Amino acid sequence: MALTRRTTVSLALALAACAFPATALAGKTLDAVKQRGEVVCGVNTSAPGFSATDSQGRWKGLDVDVCRAVAAAVLGSAEKVKFVPLNSQQRFAALQAGEIDILSRNTTWTLTRDASLGIVFTGIDYFDGQGFMVPRKLKVESARKLGGATVCVQAGTTSEKNVADYFLANGIKYKSVVFDTAEAIQSAFFSGRCQAYTTDMSDLAGARTKTSKPEDYVILPEVISKEPLGPSVRRGDDEWFAIVKWTLYAMIEAEEDGITQANADQQKAESKDPGVQRLLGGGEDTGKLLGLDKDWAYRIAKQVGNYGESFEANLGPKTPLGLPRGANRLWSKGGLLYAPPVR
Amino acid sequence: MEAIAARPDPAAAREPPPAAPGPAAWVRRNLFSSVPSALATLLVGAALVRVLPAAVRWLFTGAVWAPDYEACRRLEYHAACWGFVAEKHRLVLFGRYPFAEQWRPLVATLLVVAALAASAHPRSWRRWLAPAWAVVLAAFFLLVRGGALGLTYVDPGLWGGLPLTVLLTLVGVSASIPIGIVLALGRRSRLPVARGAASLYIEMVRGVPLITVLFVASFVFPLLLPQGLRLDPLARIALAITLFQAAYMAEVVRGGLQALPKGQLEAAASLGLSWWQAQRRVVLPQALVLVIPSFVNSLLSTFMDTSLVTVVSMYDLTGALRLALGDPQWRNFFIEGYLFVGAVYFACCLAMSRYSHWLEKRLGRWARRPEASAA
Amino acid sequence: MKAPLLSWSTRSGRARLYQAALLAAIALAAALLWRNTRQNLTARQIRTGFGFLGQPAGFDIGEGLVRYGPTDTYLLAFAAGIANTLRVAVAGIVLATVLGTLVGLGRLSRNALVRWLCTGYVELLRNVPLIIQLFAWYLVATEILPEASSPIALAPHVYLSKGGLQFPHPVWARGWAWALAAVPPGLAAAWVLARWARARRERTGRGPRLAWPAALLAVAFPVAGWLAGGAPHALELPEVTRFNVSGGVSLTPEFLALLVGLCTFTAAFIAEIVRSGVLAVPHGQTEAAAALGLTPRQATRLVLLPQALRVIVPPLTSQFLNLTKNSSLAVAIGYPDLVSIANTAINQNGQALECIVVIMSVYLAINLVTALGMGWYNRRVALVEG
Repeated sequence: MALTRRTTVSLALALAACAFPATALAGKTLDAVKQRGEVVCGVNTSAPGFSATDSQGRWKGLDVDVCRAVAAAVLGSAEKVKFVPLNSQQRFAALQAGEIDILSRNTTWTLTRDASLGIVFTGIDYFDGQGFMVPRKLKVESARKLGGATVCVQAGTTSEKNVADYFLANGIKYKSVVFDTAEAIQSAFFSGRCQAYTTDMSDLAGARTKTSKPEDYVILPEVISKEPLGPSVRRGDDEWFAIVKWTLYAMIEAEEDGITQANADQQKAESKDPGVQRLLGGGEDTGKLLGLDKDWAYRIAKQVGNYGESFEANLGPKTPLGLPRGANRLWSKGGLLYAPPVR
Repeated sequence: MEAIAARPDPAAAREPPPAAPGPAAWVRRNLFSSVPSALATLLVGAALVRVLPAAVRWLFTGAVWAPDYEACRRLEYHAACWGFVAEKHRLVLFGRYPFAEQWRPLVATLLVVAALAASAHPRSWRRWLAPAWAVVLAAFFLLVRGGALGLTYVDPGLWGGLPLTVLLTLVGVSASIPIGIVLALGRRSRLPVARGAASLYIEMVRGVPLITVLFVASFVFPLLLPQGLRLDPLARIALAITLFQAAYMAEVVRGGLQALPKGQLEAAASLGLSWWQAQRRVVLPQALVLVIPSFVNSLLSTFMDTSLVTVVSMYDLTGALRLALGDPQWRNFFIEGYLFVGAVYFACCLAMSRYSHWLEKRLGRWARRPEASAA
Repeated sequence: MKAPLLSWSTRSGRARLYQAALLAAIALAAALLWRNTRQNLTARQIRTGFGFLGQPAGFDIGEGLVRYGPTDTYLLAFAAGIANTLRVAVAGIVLATVLGTLVGLGRLSRNALVRWLCTGYVELLRNVPLIIQLFAWYLVATEILPEASSPIALAPHVYLSKGGLQFPHPVWARGWAWALAAVPPGLAAAWVLARWARARRERTGRGPRLAWPAALLAVAFPVAGWLAGGAPHALELPEVTRFNVSGGVSLTPEFLALLVGLCTFTAAFIAEIVRSGVLAVPHGQTEAAAALGLTPRQATRLVLLPQALRVIVPPLTSQFLNLTKNSSLAVAIGYPDLVSIANTAINQNGQALECIVVIMSVYLAINLVTALGMGWYNRRVALVEG
């Protein structure tokens, strides 16, 4: 019988449906990750220093390193990660829907996000604050002098709420222009549509590197809010939550113990410090308690490095961003990074 | 008597006044036929004389064609920098598809264009057309997705540019045709439940903007699926476009069904055909042929609507242009970028609308012939 | 024997069977989807319900008729969004109709240059997607216009810059309130006068039409009210301050780009509709009107226009609805219309389902109102078959 148009169209549709990747089963995340063989990590479309592609298409950044560390701990290799770039509208929906395993996208930890979006934050990998960036030619020295200015801010971010609170509290009149993507807002700011751009300080530094003349823009000194940035996972999977949490703590602990990528092997073989041996798998098997093997932290230190190395490589003074450690130093050096004992 | 004889014969046909041939007479008739018209000609002519040479200079003669950033910068916007297009055209046309594999979506798109050209003429509308299209669609997917026949797999998140636009248009239109037919038949049905359900769906979907439907696809579809099942983002958007277009397609088919003379249904009933048989063998073939020009218009409007997926962060042709303009070096040459993408859309859409007009005229002739031969 | 209600053998029985099956299928599908939704919502711990409408939203809305601050509720935010949507839709419809009519008539002009220009305009704008036109207009507004601290002065106290278009507006005073209150009585008086004059002419066949006196009356009432209120003429003038122009009516570049983009795009379609409407009136009508001794103006007003309007009004309605729906593209260029604000709300509180229901209901309501209004007008101009 000759095929009717409807039958053939239905056949084509069936073929089309097969072309899309098969639906994945969410559930216990650790089992799914092991079965899949890679960690799916939600990152920013382009946040220099946190998650951005270099000219060869490789992902680099502090958030990227956290995901690679999780992959090294769980799957044995830091390369077994698939990065999914997300904009600020998609990020939570993607995590809730199970499209990604970790959201490591310089996202601020707030009560609302922790309690009502179905996600839970595992820790803080960067202590940040919100600031303003203005063109140097406006000769503005302080955010309090921004009365009457137009401020660009991104929709759906903590920055939007914070800037409203700040100007209200200080009795400063301003006009706000709200955009939904980072590209749109940066395009508007650099074209001169608004006089000030407000978001996390690290984001401002990163955005500045994207212009052809970074020296034409200055970041004002006022820090108007606390912005603790950290990775988050879906609520309800305590095992995966613990793994991601302790991965970050392992990186901090490694810096505290003086373990670097270069000397990890040597430390593992020779160190007499029981704390170092415990971290690198020589002493008690902490990995088993997490559902991993005993070399989990050793692989993190060897393949990704400690927190300090990651910071220096991505955000430090030698990078275009040139951010100081500031509050992101270890607690013993006057900062806020404090890892509970890995034992 | 002489006065009557001298009157000119009223019945004799008189020659029409001669329409003067030649360009001078044409100019007089079309440009200077009255005082306001002459004024308009002078005004518009003066404006054109000022603007056109400058525009040609800006667009062509003074422009930089090589992808040379320094040369473009030196122009200081006094001429066009087509170097931007030369530098970024692959990013704009193919999105984030892996650079080395971009021949695959190119071949796939050319295949679709060839298939469109081949099925343009009514002479090729035979039984093998629908299966041929199914094969073309399957080949398109295979080429772009990979994973078989030695082609590396490319994740749908990386598909972009013109091939993505073509893909969404084709899937949207072809999948919405059967749904639209069902909805149109439902809306014209005698059964109140079917009529109510179809009308409700059609009016609700036609009353909301496409952006809302895309938001529903991004935010609500994941909630509707059972736990543990998930749908790829590209599939979600394609489904949203299909469901949206189905409502408009239903109206198009309904127009065709209404234009069919009632005698056809009565003749089918008198031959003893059931309702379904009558629809399948008598009504739908005629009704669908009647509305083919409207189908082409639906194809055109779907093609233009796919540009909206850039709002939900898919990098189709429009989205890929915005990606290319994100480069800090080339940001300032946005006019050239938008002219390029606008020209691509304009060429495709103009071709489709001209084809639709041609088809309408041709089918009009064709539809009239049976009546003439019966008479 | 009476056949049972649901029988396969009778036609009506089969009809009932089909409908029952259809209803059951729809109900089953709805129940399944509802169950999945509930499961997913509880699993992700997303709140449900419309209670969030009473909570402070915490974000700011940059422009609009409704003054909105971060401590106001979500409900007010949505109201501000609806006001912004209506603002651009109404302005767009009016301007697009005017421009579209002009271009449509231009396409029918005797002058070849005008004809080509209008044809080029229509073909160009109909074949490029609206979102590209909007992006292009927005980039023109933000890249090419001067900085807000040094705007172009189009006229005294009218400034155009990256910050938008600013022009003076009268300071609200009692005189303006009285002028506004006097507008309905003025219109009513004008209408009464025109009706009386028309009735007298139909009765006696003589007497002037009094169209101009009626119009004057409609204007005189508000003017009288303004004078009675003290003739306030204080204007709020925009001033160039350090960063921006402040004061006066401020139309942001987002609003301007959206308005210009929507107008020019929709005008191209309206031009086609007007052209086909005018061409649909047979030329014999014009000739018959001339044969009856009507002047060209009278022929246009009494013979051509009513017949052309009959053909024009239905597709014009759908273009008005399209313009309203297309205004949702504002989310792409940062204009805070309803969809844009709902998008922000979804991102702040995660309640996607409720916000989308709000958006869809508002658009369906606008759709219904416009369709009803134009349907009433259509019935007035429709052909009354004898």
